Amino acid sequence: MTDPVLSVQNLRTHFFTRAGVVKAVDDVSFDLAPGEIMGLVGESGSGKTVTGFSLLGLVDEPGRIVEGSIRLQGTELTTLSDAELRKRRGREISMIFQDPIATLNPMLTIGQQMRLAIDAHERLSKRAAEARSAQLLEQVGIPSASARLRAYPHEFSGGMRQRVAIAIALLHRPAVIVADEPTTALDVSIQAQILFQMRDLAAETGTALIWISHDLAVVSSLASKLAVMYAGRIVEQGPTATLLRDPRHPYTAGLIASLPAMTAPGTPLTQIPGTTPSLLSLPPGCPFAPRCEFATKACMAEPEMQTAGGRGWRCFHPVGHTAEALT
Amino acid sequence: MNDFVQINDVNRLFGPNLSTGEKIAAKLGGKVETRSVRAVSDVTLSVRRGETLGLVGESGCGKSTLGRLIAGILSPTSGTVSIGGASVMQNGTKVTTRVQTVFQDPFASLDPRMKVGDTVSEGPIAHGLTTKSNARTYVAEWFERVGLDPVWVDRYPHQFSGGQRQRIAIARALAMQPDVLICDEPVASLDVSIQAQIINLFLELTRDLGLTTVFISHDLSVVQHVSDRVAVMYLGRIVELGPVAEVFGNPAHPYTAALFGSVPKLVLDADELVRFDTIEGEVPSPLSPPSGCYYHPRCPLATAECRANQPVTQPVSDLRAVACHNSEQQLAKASAI
Amino acid sequence: MSQPSTPLRRFWAEFRENRVAVVALIIVVVMILLAIFAPLVSPQNPYDLANLSLMDSRRPPGFVGSGGYTHLLGTDPQGRDLLSAIFYGLRISIQIGLAAGFVSLTIGSALGILAAYIGGRVEVLIMRLVDLQLSFPAILLALVIVALLGQGQAQLIGALVAAQYAYFARTAYGAAKAERGKDYIEAAVATPLSSLLVVLRHLLPNCTPPLIVVATVQIANSISLEATLSFLGLGLPVTEPSLGMLISNGFPYMMSGRYWISVYPGVALIILIVAINIVGDQVRDQFNPRLRR
Repeated sequence: MTDPVLSVQNLRTHFFTRAGVVKAVDDVSFDLAPGEIMGLVGESGSGKTVTGFSLLGLVDEPGRIVEGSIRLQGTELTTLSDAELRKRRGREISMIFQDPIATLNPMLTIGQQMRLAIDAHERLSKRAAEARSAQLLEQVGIPSASARLRAYPHEFSGGMRQRVAIAIALLHRPAVIVADEPTTALDVSIQAQILFQMRDLAAETGTALIWISHDLAVVSSLASKLAVMYAGRIVEQGPTATLLRDPRHPYTAGLIASLPAMTAPGTPLTQIPGTTPSLLSLPPGCPFAPRCEFATKACMAEPEMQTAGGRGWRCFHPVGHTAEALT
Repeated sequence: MNDFVQINDVNRLFGPNLSTGEKIAAKLGGKVETRSVRAVSDVTLSVRRGETLGLVGESGCGKSTLGRLIAGILSPTSGTVSIGGASVMQNGTKVTTRVQTVFQDPFASLDPRMKVGDTVSEGPIAHGLTTKSNARTYVAEWFERVGLDPVWVDRYPHQFSGGQRQRIAIARALAMQPDVLICDEPVASLDVSIQAQIINLFLELTRDLGLTTVFISHDLSVVQHVSDRVAVMYLGRIVELGPVAEVFGNPAHPYTAALFGSVPKLVLDADELVRFDTIEGEVPSPLSPPSGCYYHPRCPLATAECRANQPVTQPVSDLRAVACHNSEQQLAKASAI
Repeated sequence: MSQPSTPLRRFWAEFRENRVAVVALIIVVVMILLAIFAPLVSPQNPYDLANLSLMDSRRPPGFVGSGGYTHLLGTDPQGRDLLSAIFYGLRISIQIGLAAGFVSLTIGSALGILAAYIGGRVEVLIMRLVDLQLSFPAILLALVIVALLGQGQAQLIGALVAAQYAYFARTAYGAAKAERGKDYIEAAVATPLSSLLVVLRHLLPNCTPPLIVVATVQIANSISLEATLSFLGLGLPVTEPSLGMLISNGFPYMMSGRYWISVYPGVALIILIVAINIVGDQVRDQFNPRLRR
């Protein structure tokens, strides 16, 4: 087994707001091997985006990492200064956001922005920088790349803009890229193109990828490993195919069962009752218990992560098994 | 009356919004963009009483505009929309309450400064479906019907979750006692675990109330689940129409095939990676659509004929229609696999 | 944890957190109360000539006059108790400020919302007129109008409204234009509801936050604009002295050491305007979604 390129242990990121402490990320642990793609799945408010931001040291006031360790290629990130973090951001770990409009500067050409991103970490001649930029644009599927370097963001379509953002994230061949719902705003045909390309890019460059998404189907066709988040915690993690075929956590099972494709057309879908709890007023014990059909008195206590056979789940009553049989 | 909702040769153009300065510049012969976008072109379509028609396509294909034309929010540039023989619009204003709309984003579609009970009751009061004094009981009935606690009528929208707000929006539409419901991406902005709840509510209500529905969505799996028939749109035109199982199971238009192939499916059995059938390129600008068939630049089956002539919509079978020169080839290709 | 339910109570809960703004709000309320109850709280009715004695004119603060009570802030050239004169002056200043503010709010927002809702030629006509007027300094416009209309409360309010409604129109137009495109307006139009209902029940209530902000600032502005006009002798007749006129009355004595006649009314004016502006700033911060936590 290769050493993980990124290792997150017991990460907790809390926000200290006027209404109380929001435990956006609460005890999250995972490892990522070089070139591996991990899907981080959850609903809004599950903490998946904050987890991504924590990895890059981008959590703003009133939030901060209160506990845990993030080791990127052997270096502990949580104790680094802002300046040292900045040196690593973009070079060793970078991020792609949902909305490329917000991340690209409308006043600069694509070439200028890529040049700035290169200059942040390296000294390159103008020609070398342009060559590298053009090569990356080509790699992410932008036709006539060297000519497009002189274009402004508004001259690109939404899908093309996202490709540019991906190219910028790839400039320094980072060890890890965190992609936060990068295809959610795009059309399915464009999404399929980008998913396909990202898979190849990760394999070619050895860059590990964390793909944050609310869409199980998207992640299932891309990631080899899956982590499902609910109310700030990872409730289940493991190899994608195993986890989808044989979910242990009732929430994962519910998410899969509720997909329209799982039920005959026109008939009622399997639904998870209730709504996602507010992080400000989480129920005691297992946060999913109030919506869970298997919940018992035992669920008033918070379940620890159980691990066996390369996967983990945070539940006292794993679906289809007795807890004893699994451990 | 078989064809309950009639959409007759409807076109909708969005003119360029010229400022006064630009108008003067244009008059003086300056270079000003004056072309208009044809968001919906030559759409003729009918929806039968009690059926759910799915409307799918990528962003900018005109599915939302078509929905708004049927709902009487927009008036067609040419052509007519009628329900049960009566026109929806007259002189640019909506003259019927028989069609109501559920919008995509329940955070935007409810007035943040109005109690949700008032939001639901104001339409029915204005149109005499209930009186001011009976409004509370009337609203309470609809609240119960959509699965909301009637004691919540005095709350404001911000006190509800996304799923609950969408239920309120559905109650508002249904309280007008419509025959036709337009659902414009009603679950797109909801959390995954909530989507199933709203889809189930929708299935239950349309069946119980006998509603005729136009269900607009970019999510093909949702449309496949709720619709009886489906219309696929591309650049303002309907390219394929037919029963949902047949259209998605055996597409007659290469675009339908490619669109359906691009949808990521939940991969349960394969440990190896899946290949997508991706469509090459992107949707062209509606400002300057390609010649002939709008889809030909991306189409693997395109011929000289496709580049020259726009295909006419032709029946494939009793229930299906397609606008493609090579639909037979496409059908043969699909059945060969 | 229970969140206060009505928007107003949430608003107040947040407002309370800014101590400075709360103090400013208290000052504004106290000054308004003083103005309302001026006849009850003033030691003297400064406009009852029978009460005045020329013997008492231009006395420094703390002087015990012929009336037998202490003039805490001194007296003015007519022998009026300055504290009482300030209370009565506040009354007129606030009256005019509020009246001008509310009339401009009504006219301005009606014009702005109509322009945004109707669009087309009406929009172009109204908004070009407003733009034209905004390019003019308000004080210049007010001066011209007062000079044309002559003195008197109604004329003065008219001049202030003419100088200020454009700000409201611009703000209302911007807000209404933004709200007009939102789904909830579309949903109301699609019901269908009459235009009148849509404007009154949906568009107007959702345009109020920025209008309230502009209103607080503009009320402060009309108070100071009125003071300026009165100071220049173009405001109210001498029989209705506002703070501006009090300042003006004391001006000739400034250099002779009798500073109090001008300075104390001036201080009162400054406190009032600063307090209103602080309250206005806090209200604006709370309404601005970008500054929200």
